[in-house]
Amino acid sequence: MKRFIPVVAVAGLMLSNAMAADISPAVVYDKAGKNDKSFNEAVYHGITKFTKDTGIKVREVEPTNEAQVGQGLSKLAKRKSSPIVGVGFSMASAVEKAATEYPETKFTIIDMVVGLPNVQSIVFAEHEGSFLVGALAAMKSTTAKVGFVGGMDIPLIRKFSCGYEQGAKYQNKDIEVMSNMIGSTGAAFNNPSKGGELAKSQFEKGADVVFSAAGGSGAGVYQAAKDLGKYAIGVDSNQNHLQPGTMLTSMVKRVGEAAYVSFSEAKEGTWKSEIKVMDLKAGGVDWALDDNNRDLVTPDMEKRMGELKALIISGHIKVHDYMSDKKCEY
Amino acid sequence: MHSDIAIELTDVSKRFGAVRANDKVNLCVESGTIHGIVGENGAGKSTLMSILYGFYQYDTGHIEVFGKAQYFNNSREALAAGVGMVHQHFMLVEPFTVLENVMLGNEGGKLLKEGRIAAETELKRLANEYGLAVDLHARVSSLSVGLQQRVEILKALYRGAKILILDEPTGVLTPQETAELFRILESLKAQGVTILLITHKLQEIMAITDNVSVMRAGTMVAHRKTSETSKEDIAELMVGRKVLLQVDKIDANVGEALIKVDNLTIKDAQGVERVKQVSFEVKAGEVVGIAGVSGNGQSELLEALSGITKVNSGSMIINGHEVSRKKPASPERMRIRGLAHVPEDRHHMGMVTSFSASESSILGYHNDKEYNGRFIMSRSKVRDYCRKLMDAFDVRPRDPDLKSANFSGGNQQKLILAREMERNPDILLVGQPTRGVDIGAIEFIHRRIIEMRDAGKAILLVSVELEEIISVSDRVLVMCDGVITGEVPAAEATERELGLLMTSSDAQKEVVA
Amino acid sequence: MSQSNSEMPFWMDALLLPFLNIMTAFVVMVGIFLVIGVDPVEAGEILLFGAFGYGEGIGYTLYYMTNFVFTGLAVAVAFHAGLFNIGGEGQAYLGGLGAGLVCLLLAEWLPGLLVIPIAILGAALFGAAWAYIPAYLQAYRGSHIVITTIMFNFLAASLMVYLMVNVLNDPSKMSPESVTFPDSVWLPQMHELFAMFGVEIESSPLNVSIFLALLASVFVWIFIWYTRWGYQLRTTGSNASAAIYAGIKPPRVIVLSMCISGALAGMVGVNEILGVNHRLMLDFHVGYGFAGIAVALMGRNHPIGIILAALLFGVLSQGGQELAFEMSNITRDIVVVMQGLVILFCGALEFMYRPWLMKLYLASKGENNAQEVTS
Repeated sequence: MKRFIPVVAVAGLMLSNAMAADISPAVVYDKAGKNDKSFNEAVYHGITKFTKDTGIKVREVEPTNEAQVGQGLSKLAKRKSSPIVGVGFSMASAVEKAATEYPETKFTIIDMVVGLPNVQSIVFAEHEGSFLVGALAAMKSTTAKVGFVGGMDIPLIRKFSCGYEQGAKYQNKDIEVMSNMIGSTGAAFNNPSKGGELAKSQFEKGADVVFSAAGGSGAGVYQAAKDLGKYAIGVDSNQNHLQPGTMLTSMVKRVGEAAYVSFSEAKEGTWKSEIKVMDLKAGGVDWALDDNNRDLVTPDMEKRMGELKALIISGHIKVHDYMSDKKCEY
Repeated sequence: MHSDIAIELTDVSKRFGAVRANDKVNLCVESGTIHGIVGENGAGKSTLMSILYGFYQYDTGHIEVFGKAQYFNNSREALAAGVGMVHQHFMLVEPFTVLENVMLGNEGGKLLKEGRIAAETELKRLANEYGLAVDLHARVSSLSVGLQQRVEILKALYRGAKILILDEPTGVLTPQETAELFRILESLKAQGVTILLITHKLQEIMAITDNVSVMRAGTMVAHRKTSETSKEDIAELMVGRKVLLQVDKIDANVGEALIKVDNLTIKDAQGVERVKQVSFEVKAGEVVGIAGVSGNGQSELLEALSGITKVNSGSMIINGHEVSRKKPASPERMRIRGLAHVPEDRHHMGMVTSFSASESSILGYHNDKEYNGRFIMSRSKVRDYCRKLMDAFDVRPRDPDLKSANFSGGNQQKLILAREMERNPDILLVGQPTRGVDIGAIEFIHRRIIEMRDAGKAILLVSVELEEIISVSDRVLVMCDGVITGEVPAAEATERELGLLMTSSDAQKEVVA
Repeated sequence: MSQSNSEMPFWMDALLLPFLNIMTAFVVMVGIFLVIGVDPVEAGEILLFGAFGYGEGIGYTLYYMTNFVFTGLAVAVAFHAGLFNIGGEGQAYLGGLGAGLVCLLLAEWLPGLLVIPIAILGAALFGAAWAYIPAYLQAYRGSHIVITTIMFNFLAASLMVYLMVNVLNDPSKMSPESVTFPDSVWLPQMHELFAMFGVEIESSPLNVSIFLALLASVFVWIFIWYTRWGYQLRTTGSNASAAIYAGIKPPRVIVLSMCISGALAGMVGVNEILGVNHRLMLDFHVGYGFAGIAVALMGRNHPIGIILAALLFGVLSQGGQELAFEMSNITRDIVVVMQGLVILFCGALEFMYRPWLMKLYLASKGENNAQEVTS
């Protein structure tokens, strides 16, 4: 048993010796794990970048069940990790509990608001980004029918759906927007075949652009679009490269960057307990234009998108947030 | 004239766990003879034959077959050396035809057709040569037990067996079928085939073998020329002491009928009538024996009487209580009404082999207050109870904690008999009381049954052993195809007469009646 | 008379054999560690330290063990009646629902001390009810219990999703979970309990459910071996026709044993819902029901064996988590591989060493036996 002490001590030493600054950041992924090809993975990339830029190592915990989420958070807090990033809305209860137990530790939660003095909540204005890609879909559509495939049927995903619908209608008030959800549990974010099926049925009904806000299930949607020669819109990270020529654009949600910024703030001492709204203005959400989709977006479309973006940032267009009243009435 | 040696075993030993199944066994079988191997259950006969057939491998010793040293790793090697075996339980695929069964594992070629033609010709030749007539294209499931056995023999010969081992071949046969089998064995012998016959029926040994070897407790105790020995001599060698083969009993003192069966019909799960409108009585103070080839409705009759299966029509009055389709019984209720039942198959029904002896000794009486509190069953009281039973019936070893499976067949049976008899029932149903039981125990069991009869109990005995039926019963009923084909006073019954009844059709029933 | 029927002494069968199996799993694990560049000695130390080295670790180990004991017992009870209950997952899930529903409905009206026993009863009842249907189908309709219990796992999952998404969810939360129960119905956690007596231990999810698990073990032990119902159950499981002969009604025994089995599995819900999560949610049960099969198998279907096997699985779960936490090249998937290896060697290949051990035993015993037989 004696040999444990050095092990733990060395681990501790490594942390306190971390160069640059006296922070030892950590992250707890949700149960999907860091290689989920979506949300968690975006955070993972942000962290890797942070480590590369600053040389500060980030501790990672991948829990397999609910008990381990709490266990991971409290263990990190006990080891003086701070700030600790909790990835995803499902961590809310656990972060709340840990933050109460360890008031000295800084916690950051992504995609959810936890109102405690030592918690920074980062939420995204997905409705604004979705509005933009909805408008682009409406511009590209020749059938005046566009589709939306959501992952898990929760308010957050409806927020995407609602913003998308508003954008499409803003561009073309007669457009028809179809919307389907893959499922009602976390598994819906990792079911590409069901995603593909739903997309196919939307294409068959006449849609020619489908936006997928379904995490790992999106791959099925993009494949279906490619098979049928239609267009798809990616989500979370820039997915334009996945199916060039098919991906009209991606609604970028800079989750990784949010984690990166949170750590950087902590390093520089500017970390604050607050609700950070990562909106269009702050660059938290955006639409993606790169070499992969340049040919699909005409200069007119690009110009129109610029106008819309400016209108939203300036507040001339108010995009309704589904989560504010759980309704999509605008 | 039979100077060649077919098989020679020298000091062959085989051990299973703590048990020495075969201990330095010597055996010499002359070519072209019928050689009997007798011994009590567990004497090591089956193990020895399994070694010869390559099922088991011996630990030490030496085996020569036709003068060549052999060590068989599997039955294929044994067959290649000319050793074939006909098992007690047939190894046939019932939905296949005779031809398909014989070819199985020996198909010859990728396509069945070429092999089939060759096999057919060869089989026809064998059948003619040895007098083994059987329809090659009949389904095995449609054949009688005797014919199925013939298929097994044919199978062994087809694969080139020059030595044929038969393990208890007559257990499932009628006397007539047995006679037919012996005719075949004689003709095989005449053609130069060597036959090893394992049996525990002494009269068969006397009837057909040339030589006989006796095993006891894993060792070979004697070799005799059959013509120079007697049943009593062999029995004594098997048991190691003098045994009484006849059951002594006084005349029955008969009272009122405790079992009255009237027009009883029982169907099995498939809706086939297994017992057809049977009527009979068993009175207090008598043993009524039911003879018949197994599978002719005796088992169903026993199960209905003991409340296990339902009655379809007709009625029974058991110790004054009526049982019919409308008034069903259960084993539990039957026990309360004073009926005890020693089932035909002790491993299948009579006990739980994985239980300790003490647990098996309360099977069916597990709710008895004697060892049950309100919730808790007292293990020590169960153990005491078991010890009491073991004392009364001389069950060995007297260890209530020993696993039931680890008792010899005779001691298992004694334990079951003790369980059923010691509660002083008015009616006792006994099925195959001495199946797989050694001679010493048979004597004991028969005596206890007679004692019960003399104490005024009604006893119904079902057995396929005619000798047993005749010597223990007072009256004998014969069942065939679910019908009682005749009734004979035991004192006047002969095996031949019973054998005829056991295979008789309805027409013959009239004549006998 | 085949070799596998022969007897080995109890200690070889019940102790040495499982020990060898576990060691084999560890040897393979060491190989994997070396391949992925992990020092196996260090990993072993971290694993053991994580499981036993400090208060919180012990707490987590025992908390996991509690779940494994419940499902292990559940499988064992059914097994003694000759039934293979694969439905532990679904029964555990429903057990949690039962406990949760009681809390959601009653916690506001009744004092916690009253609600908790009702909730435990609710868990047992729901678990039993979920096992009752397959049991009934097996007993009276002949539908194979393995098939039906597996299907009922899926049904349980779908039912729970429906309820959590549409009926019982807390609209203020994004995740499909119910509102958190008032703390009057939270089962006391071990560190709180100790604090009452002035002893301070580290906090962990370990709660009084572990006493329930130990009680359940004693209950199963007495029930199976020291009651006439247990006798009937074992008779039915070992030899159904002997049971019928003895006047036992196998269909009734099947239903009874499955209900007990389901109730035991349902206790996982008590530990998880009343003891740890304090709210209804999805997937709190995942894995425990299936691991229960391995636990029962390793524990030779005996409560003492099951407690030991459950402890081993608890160690692997907690120690494995610690390992993944401390060592960056051990991911949580490697931890799953570790558990899988133990299940493989202790469950699927349970008797791999048996013939070999048997030979060894016989060789060593040879001389004694010769004397026994001749004497």
